[in-house]
Amino acid sequence: MDVSKITASELAAKIKTGEYQAPEVVTQYFQRMEACEDKVNAFVTLDKERALAKAEDVQARIAKGETLGVLAGVPVAIKDNLSTKGLRTTCSSKMLENYYPTFSATAVERLEAAGAIVIGKTNMDEFAMGSTTETSAFGVTRNPWDLTRVPGGSSGGSCAAVAAGECAFSLGSDTGGSIRQPAGHCGVVGLKPTYGTISRYGLIAYGSSLDQIGPVTRSVADAALILEVLAGPDEKDATSVRREHYDFRSALTEDVKGLKIGVPKEYFSQGLDTEVAEEIKKALDILADKGAIVTEFALGLTEYAVPAYYVMASAEASSNLSRFDGVKYGYRTTVYDDLAQMYKRTRSEGFGEEVKRRIMLGSFVLSAGYYDAYYLKALKAKALIKERFTQAFSQFDVVVAPVAPTTAPKLGESLKDPLQMYLSDIYTISANLAGLPGITLPIGKDLKGLPIGIQILGDCFQEKAILKAAYALEKSRPYQAPAIGKGGEVDE
Amino acid sequence: MKITDETIAHVSLLAQLELGEEEKKKAAAEMEKMLTYIETLETLDTEAVEPLTHLFASDNVFREDIPSGENGAEAALKNAPLVKDGMFKVPKTIG
Amino acid sequence: MSKAYETVIGLEVHVELQTKTKIFCSCKNDFGASANTHTCPVCTGMPGALPVLNRQVVEHALAIGLALNCDITPVTKFDRKNYFYPDNPQNYQISQLYLPIARNGQIQIQVDAGPRIIRIHEMHMEEDAGKLLHDEWDDTSLVDYNRSGVPLVEIVSEPDLRSAEEVIAYLNELRTIIRYLGASDCKLQEGSMRADVNLSVRPVGEASMGTRTEMKNLNSFKAISRAIAGERERQIELLESGNTVIQETRRWDDNKETSYSMRSKEDAQDYRYFPDPDVPPVHIDQVWVQRIKDNQPELRAEKLRRYKKEFDIPEYDARILTETKRMADLFEATSSLCHKPKKVSNWLMVETLRLVKERGLEAEDVNFSPAHLAELIDLVDQGLINGTVAKEVFEHIFDEDVSPREYVEEKGLKSVNDTAALEEIAKEVVAKNPKSVADYQGGKEKALGFLVGQTMKVLKGQGNPGMVNEILRKLLS
Repeated sequence: MDVSKITASELAAKIKTGEYQAPEVVTQYFQRMEACEDKVNAFVTLDKERALAKAEDVQARIAKGETLGVLAGVPVAIKDNLSTKGLRTTCSSKMLENYYPTFSATAVERLEAAGAIVIGKTNMDEFAMGSTTETSAFGVTRNPWDLTRVPGGSSGGSCAAVAAGECAFSLGSDTGGSIRQPAGHCGVVGLKPTYGTISRYGLIAYGSSLDQIGPVTRSVADAALILEVLAGPDEKDATSVRREHYDFRSALTEDVKGLKIGVPKEYFSQGLDTEVAEEIKKALDILADKGAIVTEFALGLTEYAVPAYYVMASAEASSNLSRFDGVKYGYRTTVYDDLAQMYKRTRSEGFGEEVKRRIMLGSFVLSAGYYDAYYLKALKAKALIKERFTQAFSQFDVVVAPVAPTTAPKLGESLKDPLQMYLSDIYTISANLAGLPGITLPIGKDLKGLPIGIQILGDCFQEKAILKAAYALEKSRPYQAPAIGKGGEVDE
Repeated sequence: MKITDETIAHVSLLAQLELGEEEKKKAAAEMEKMLTYIETLETLDTEAVEPLTHLFASDNVFREDIPSGENGAEAALKNAPLVKDGMFKVPKTIG
Repeated sequence: MSKAYETVIGLEVHVELQTKTKIFCSCKNDFGASANTHTCPVCTGMPGALPVLNRQVVEHALAIGLALNCDITPVTKFDRKNYFYPDNPQNYQISQLYLPIARNGQIQIQVDAGPRIIRIHEMHMEEDAGKLLHDEWDDTSLVDYNRSGVPLVEIVSEPDLRSAEEVIAYLNELRTIIRYLGASDCKLQEGSMRADVNLSVRPVGEASMGTRTEMKNLNSFKAISRAIAGERERQIELLESGNTVIQETRRWDDNKETSYSMRSKEDAQDYRYFPDPDVPPVHIDQVWVQRIKDNQPELRAEKLRRYKKEFDIPEYDARILTETKRMADLFEATSSLCHKPKKVSNWLMVETLRLVKERGLEAEDVNFSPAHLAELIDLVDQGLINGTVAKEVFEHIFDEDVSPREYVEEKGLKSVNDTAALEEIAKEVVAKNPKSVADYQGGKEKALGFLVGQTMKVLKGQGNPGMVNEILRKLLS
C-alpha cells in the first residue's frame, strides 16, 4: 500500500471495498509524516490518537455493513486557521499557541460528516498573511520538490503535505491566492470556489470579504468531489450562498470542444518568467487541440488589483485581529501595570512582524480622514474590477492565467522586500476581489525541476467550467509526485 | 504620503501595538512605501461608482428569533488566561 | 452672571429590544443568569465565529422607526465600530453609521409651555456590550458577556431640546411609544433605556452652537435633571471665566452630583467605521414597511385624538390614561362595558395609580379584568355599596382580581338600604347625642355631619350615606 500518491477518491473506494483498512491507511500516513516532517515541516499539530480511534470506528462500521460517507476513512490535513473542536488551532501564531477551540468550522464538520479523518493541522503564514509560509511562528515549511525553497503561502503547509503524500488531501484558505499559489509551487491541485460557496464559519478571518476555504488535492476529480462535500449554505454564515447546482463531478469530462478560453494579454507581458509563460502556452495548445477556442484579450485595470486588495485585506485584518487582546483566549503578556499596557504588550509580543505590518497599514487606511481615499476607493476599484470580469465572462467560459510570476523562490528571499512579495500576488488577487472561482493545477516543470502551475478562472458560480478545463488538461499532463527533494531524499 | 512620527504614534494606539524606536522608524518607512504604491488607485476614475461592500447580497439573510446553541460559561472560559468567579479577569477598567 | 444663556441639548437614547435571542446569535436575551452562561462563540468573540442577524430585531427597529415618523432606509447596512475595551469581545461593535435603518423623524412632546416638535436625526441598530464588574478584593475588573450581543436601537435626536423639562418629556414620549409597540420595557433604572445627554450653552440670541459635551451614566429622570443643571452651570462658569468648553465625554456621578471627564490618553476617539463584511445588507421594501404599519397598534397621539371625540373626559385625563398602553386598554375595555368613561377614568387615575405606586409596580404590571372594574362602578351607582367600601373592594380587584359582586356578597359588605332599619338606628343616635341635635337645630349645619358619622359607625360603614343623611334631616326637622 502506497498512500502517498493515491487520490482521495481512489482511497475512499479502496476503503469502502475493504481492499484497504482505514486504521492501516491512517498509520501509513503517520509513517509518511515520520519520514518527511523533519524535512518538510508541513504540520503544526498532529492528532494521531484520535485519528486512529476514528479510523477504527469507520472500519467497525464497514464491518457492520453500514452506509458510509463519500470520504469514509480518508485522512485529511486542515490548515491551522480552521477551528477544530478540542484540537489546537494556532494560525501559526504565538498568539494562539495554546488555543483549543470549543467548536469546529462548518467545513471541518462537513468533512467529518462525510467520514474524513482529521490527522493534523498544517502550517501557514501567521494568520494567513504571507505568500511563503515563512511568517509562521512554528518554523518554515519547505517545498517537497526542493527543500531549499518555499512552498508558497499562505496555505504552504496544506499544499506541501499533499505534495509530500502526508495526507490524502487537505483544506486551505484563499484570501488573495493562498490556496492557488502554493498549490502551483508544490505541484498539486488547489481550488478556490466562488465566494460564499463554502461556509466561512470557523475560519479565523483575515480579510472577511475575500476569504474562501477550498480543497488541496492530487487530482481535479478529488477537488470536485470534496467541493461537493463542502459546498452549501450554512445558517451560521450569512455570506454563504445557496447555489442552483452542486453536482460538480458531472463536469469531469474531457470534452472541451467549443470551450471559449480568454487569455488576458496583461498577464503575459512583463514580469512573467519565460519558462512559466512557455508552459502555459503549451497547455493552451493542448486545450486548443482538444477543440477549445483560445483568444487573447485585454482585461484592463490589472494594475489596480494589488493596491485595492492590500487596502481591503489589511483594513479588514486590522479589525478582525483586534479580538486577540489577552482577555478571552490566547497569549497574554506576563508583565503589565494596567489595561492599556496589557493590550499593547500582549499584541506586540503575540503577533509577528508581517501581521503587525498589516494591522498598522489597515488601521491607518481606516483612520479618520483617510477612509474615503483608501478603503472606500478600494471598494469602488473592486466594483470596477468585478465589472471587467463580468464583461470578460460574457465572451469567455474561462480565463487562463499564470499562478505566480516565477516558480517557488528560495527560502528567505521574499520577506526582504514586502512590497515585492505583495506584487507577486498579481495573478491570483483579482479572483478574490471579484469573488470568482479559480483552480490551479500542475502543467510542467522548469529547468530546475520545480513545478509550474496554471490557473483557470471562471465566472461566479461557474466552477464546472473550470473543473472541465482543468480535467481535460490533467488528462494530458498527469499528476507527478516529488521525490522528496534536495538535501533529504526520502523516495530515492 | 509622508508618514510622520505622530501618525505612527496614533496608528499604533489604534492598533494597540507597542513599537520600539527602531520598529517605529521601520514601520514609517514601510508604510510610506506601501501607501505610495497604493496611491496608484488615485489614477482610477471612480466617479459615480458604487462601492462594492458585499458580493452577492440581493437576498436578506436572517436568523429566526429562537433560542439555541448556547455553550455556557465553561466553554466561554476554557481558553481564558485569567478567570475569577466565572468571569474573565482583566486589569481594572475606568468607569 | 453677565449674560443670559440658552441650553441646547440633543439626546442619544439606547433602548434594549425585547427579543428572545441576541442580535447576532441564538443565545438568550435574558438577565439574572449567572455570569457568562448565555454565551456562545459569537457573543464572546471567539476566532472564526460569525454574526447572523435576528429578523425580530429589524422588525422592532422598523416599528420604532415608523412610529417616530422616520424615513426608512431601503437598503440598510451594518458597520464595525472599532475600539478596544474588555466588555466588547471582538474589540469592535457591530453598529450602523453610513446607512442606518431610519432617518429624519420627529415626535411631539407636551411641556408646560405647550406642544413642541423634536426632530429625530437617525435611529440605528447595534449590539450591546458585556458587563464589567469591579473586584474590590484585588482591584481588577471582571467581564460577564451575558449582555454582549443584546439588541439595541440608538435614537439620536437633533439638538432641539432646551431644558430638563423638555428632555424628560421627550424621554417619556419615546418610552410611551416604544412600550406601546412592545419593543422594549424602557426602564432607565435597569438600563433597558439609557440616555446620553449632549449639551452645549450659548448666549441667548446667538445662532451658532457652542462646544458640546456628552454626559453618560444617567440612570433616572432625577439624575438627568441634576446632570443637565450641573453641566449647564459648569459650562457657563467656564465661559464666563474666559475659558473654553472641551468637547469630551463626561461621566455623571449622581451621588456626588458632579461629573468628570472620561478622556484618557489611551483613548484615540477614532473608531475606523467600515461596512461589516460578515453582515449582508438588509433590503426593506414597501411591502414589508406596509405590513409593519398594518400591525402597528394605535399609538398615543392617535388615541388622544380619538378619545377627544369618543369619550367625554378632560384632556388631562386622556393624557394620563394614554401614557401606557396598559392603562389605555383598561380604560377602553372598561368603558365599553359600563359606558361611564369619566368614572372609569377616575378609578384608573386615582385609585389604580395610587396602588401602582404603593405596590412599587409599573402601570404595565396592572392586571385586573375590565369586567370587574365595570361591575364595581355599577355596584356603587346602584347604591349597593358606598364609596368607602368600594375603595376597599377595589384593592382586592387590583391585587387578586376578585369579582366585586361575589366579594361583597361573601364579606357581607352590602349597604343597608332598608329605610325602617336605618330609621331605628338614626333614632338611637339622635337620642344619645342631644348636644349635637341642639346645635343642628340651633343652625349649626356641621353638627348633622357628626350625626351621620355616628350613624355610619354603628352601621360599620355599610350604610348608604345619602339615605342616612336624608333620614336624619327628616327626624330633626
